Amino acid sequence: MESNILNENSLIEIRQLLSTVCDPEIPVLTIADLGILREVKIVDQTIEINITPTYTGCPAMDMITINIRLALIEHGYKNILIKSILSPAWTTDWMTEAGKEKLKAYGIAPPNATPSVCEPKLFAEAEAIQCPLCNSWHTNLVSQFGSTACKALYQCEDCLEPFDYFKCH
Amino acid sequence: MNIFNAINSDESPNDATSSPNHHSNNKEALLLHLADTTLILSQRNTAWCGHGPILEQDIAITNISLDLLGQARNFYQYAARVINEATALNSSTAEIANTGEGLKEASEDSLAYLRTERAFKNLLLVEQPNGDWGQTILRQYLFSQFQYLLYQQLQQSNDQQLAAIAEKAIKEVIYHVRWSSEWVIRLGDGTPESHARMQLALDELWPYTGEFFMPAEFENKASIGFELDSLKQPWLEKVSELFEAATLPSPNSMKSTFMQTGGKTGNHSEQLGFILAEMQYLQRTYPNSVW
Repeated sequence: MESNILNENSLIEIRQLLSTVCDPEIPVLTIADLGILREVKIVDQTIEINITPTYTGCPAMDMITINIRLALIEHGYKNILIKSILSPAWTTDWMTEAGKEKLKAYGIAPPNATPSVCEPKLFAEAEAIQCPLCNSWHTNLVSQFGSTACKALYQCEDCLEPFDYFKCH
Repeated sequence: MNIFNAINSDESPNDATSSPNHHSNNKEALLLHLADTTLILSQRNTAWCGHGPILEQDIAITNISLDLLGQARNFYQYAARVINEATALNSSTAEIANTGEGLKEASEDSLAYLRTERAFKNLLLVEQPNGDWGQTILRQYLFSQFQYLLYQQLQQSNDQQLAAIAEKAIKEVIYHVRWSSEWVIRLGDGTPESHARMQLALDELWPYTGEFFMPAEFENKASIGFELDSLKQPWLEKVSELFEAATLPSPNSMKSTFMQTGGKTGNHSEQLGFILAEMQYLQRTYPNSVW
């Protein structure tokens, strides 16, 4: 930060800095990749940042707020207002394509494009999820609830590896 | 007159006949009721952490706890804001907001950790003991099915914050309904042993379901925008459908139609005191300690 006055150029730098803030649970994804960074603007020399939680009880949100603040403070920015916005509610549709690729490379199956399993019939066959390790479609749902609120647990029938699926929401 | 419009209207806070505190008290009570219900069920479910029948289901029930805790936090944060705004408006009146003992300002933590059982407004169902896995599952199902219908309505509320919390949470509630429904069928239509246990759980929990649909005064006065009673028929239809698949008796054939009430107004079963004693221990013993 070169001067104490915030302008369009600072907004560019702020966005740049925010693009380095990652999800603490899935460190390969930035908050922009995840779609939880909704808006960045300067209002009366205050930096306003709107973020939205993936899940209501997501414990990563507090840490993400701290990390955003730290990233900006380290570069001399003050007057930061971070707001948590609930509506419209976050959806996996907001995850970027780049984010989905990074997720797969990290070993987590990315959410399918159409959220077709959000309200299926009981015991209905789960939609096909591709194994992020061997690319087989021959996989089984083990549990709708996985290691974090946003993931379901699957197992690949071919390579036998269990894996997380970032479930559609 | 709608409470939420009333708060934002131009009525003078000094005008005793139209004190915004009346309105905000009802809204505060409604928010605390929603917050307490989700917090207590979350607290109950977390007792399964490390004790679930298998690892995946242990993770499932604790994930549901986390979702419920998140909802509770949203409601408490909002309630704290409403309480603090009302207190600021009425600082001259003797009426002390329900902030938790002796505190000047309410916060999500003071509301959760520093109120006594008579101040808690949660539904009686959610404070009932975990029992066996079947009883925990049935409690979750009966509640989640109701919560789904409730949040569907709250999403339409003209209170934007309340609507936003419901809109966010209902996506998670859908997963809770599905998961608990499948387990009710699996256990009800399972072995003679699992069926018998589900029957026992049903006898135990059914009398706590009537309270869902009986509005407390604050629910009527806070103008939630719909009649709670209107959720009863859709709920019964869903429950009947599921119980049939689970070979459990139809709601119409329940032996007793007596329903317990009182949770919304602070008259709890003996269970709640034990829950609070454990949940509030740390803040009570080491006041203001932080993580």
